[in-house]
Amino acid sequence: MTAPSTPPTPDAEGDEVVSAAEGVVTTALTARARRSNTIATVILCVIASIICVILIGLIGYILYNGVGHLSWSFLTSIPQSFKAGGGIGPEIFNSLYLLVLTLLISVPIGLGASIYLCEYAPDNRMTAGIRTAIEVLSSLPSIVVGLFGMLLFVIQLGWGFSVISGALTLTVFNLPILVRVIEQALASVPSTQREAGLALGLTHWETMLHVTIPAALPGIVTSVILSAGRVFGEAAALIYTAGQSAPALDWSNWNLLSLSCPLNVMRPAETLAVHIWKISSEGIVPDGHAVANGTAALLIIVILAFNLLMRSLGAHLSKRLTAGGTTGREG
Amino acid sequence: MPKALRRKPLGKRQLELVGKITTAACGAVVILLVFTIIFLVVSRGLRTFTVDGQSLWAFLSGTSWLPEGGGIGALPMIVGSFAVTLLSTLFTAPLAIGAGIFIVEISPRFGRRVLQPVIELLVGIPSVVYGLIGLLVIVPFMRDTFGGTGYGILSASLVLMVMILPTVASLSTDAISSVPDGYRLGAKSLGATRWQMIHRVVLRSALPGILTALVLGMARAFGEALAVQMIVGNSAVMPTSLLTPASTLTSILTMGMGNTVTGSLQNDVLWSLALVLLAMSLVFILIVHLIGSRNKTEAAQ
Repeated sequence: MTAPSTPPTPDAEGDEVVSAAEGVVTTALTARARRSNTIATVILCVIASIICVILIGLIGYILYNGVGHLSWSFLTSIPQSFKAGGGIGPEIFNSLYLLVLTLLISVPIGLGASIYLCEYAPDNRMTAGIRTAIEVLSSLPSIVVGLFGMLLFVIQLGWGFSVISGALTLTVFNLPILVRVIEQALASVPSTQREAGLALGLTHWETMLHVTIPAALPGIVTSVILSAGRVFGEAAALIYTAGQSAPALDWSNWNLLSLSCPLNVMRPAETLAVHIWKISSEGIVPDGHAVANGTAALLIIVILAFNLLMRSLGAHLSKRLTAGGTTGREG
Repeated sequence: MPKALRRKPLGKRQLELVGKITTAACGAVVILLVFTIIFLVVSRGLRTFTVDGQSLWAFLSGTSWLPEGGGIGALPMIVGSFAVTLLSTLFTAPLAIGAGIFIVEISPRFGRRVLQPVIELLVGIPSVVYGLIGLLVIVPFMRDTFGGTGYGILSASLVLMVMILPTVASLSTDAISSVPDGYRLGAKSLGATRWQMIHRVVLRSALPGILTALVLGMARAFGEALAVQMIVGNSAVMPTSLLTPASTLTSILTMGMGNTVTGSLQNDVLWSLALVLLAMSLVFILIVHLIGSRNKTEAAQ
């Protein structure tokens, strides 16, 4: 962030100071200041490149080691517990199914809560309570959320290790971030748009429904995708709720009570992230490292895809929704 | 919504009321959730002391944990958790703050176009993947360099360092870029070099924001379970070195919860560990608030 109105950037100005000092008698003090300035700049550039190297190293390592293991049979066959050659077919479906269920539950609640916070929220205890609750929820370690889910859904409600226990636990995990980012998206809609709606005789609710939400839609969509990436990679909240086993799925079985029916919400469902943790920490499967690497590569690819989708969809939506405006910015 | 209106005409006022109540109900769900979580974890966690009659002191200061001596001493795990948290924050702080300074002050163009997206991508990598890389890269590296098993506090701290780096870096960047430009121009006009301006003016002014970033990073490191569990070694003994297998609250919880019977002492003690985790995450929030309110009163003066 450089000064918007003044022409010289920090770079140019820093050089100016240095060159001005050159003309004058260079005292020991200015020489020292110049030297430490140079050293600091070099160190900061080194730090920036270290971070880039870490990311490239991480993603490169996972993709380099894992992509070779990705094959059609690996992606579709069932996992093996004691011998090599297991696949991750059920895990892929479980991850997606849990993600969809979680979003179906958490997006309406999150949207409602953030609308309340952004549009209604009187200055009372309820509002303060919601804000504190969001803060507490977002700082809870995911393993604690997982244990809560285990106690409530798995044990006390008797649902066992199941898709529905996992989805509800992930909802708890997902809600705070969802509320936060959707509220930001809603708050960034200019208040003049709301005032225009209200001036036309719309009620608060109608203004929100027909003016504010459409205007905030790009932000809302990107935040949902962002949270989807987080949910997709979560494991600690799931190991004791959705379970650590993936029964083989039978796609011709539509009896919702059967263990092999893909859509049965009462069956245990190990996800990709849990699978990585389980096989690499147990070390029973002979080709465990290869399977873990392959699964991690798939996970990373999906999450990178989420990220790209978020960026392009956000840009696309905001372009479409603001195209009628006077500003003709290209995406 | 227009369809619903046609079918069952609601007055504007009623619709307004329905909308307000529905959204308030969603908010209430969130509050209810937090109360339920805190109530359940606290009531379970206190059973060790109320139902099983163990003393709080024995839990907090004892050093012999169930598998070893049948004790309920959680001190090794508490020490382990604090050790990995502090070490990883110490490692990550210079990198994260440096990244913030680089993005805002040194090269905004490269910073905003390359470094910031890179940091955002790092946020998205799941923690089990960090754990896997730690297991496959850092543990063998430590084994070859320092001998021993390779598992331990130092390995876990290195993995956590990379994990919390994006959180701390992006929050520090926000803190540094919210320093008013007038401060920078003031320092420049007094003849300061860029580095003098950064460390005497910008960093000082952004300090509360940077501290908040570090505390939030610590909270994340303290609560991380699986990545740490894969690397720390999970031996519930008092850590004597950074290179020998140790354990943290989260790692023992992850390992133990599946092997104990609900209602037994072993299970109750694990819930007490969860209670410590919950209490610590509340303490971290409290610290963030304290930093924020102190900053506000200072600004008001």
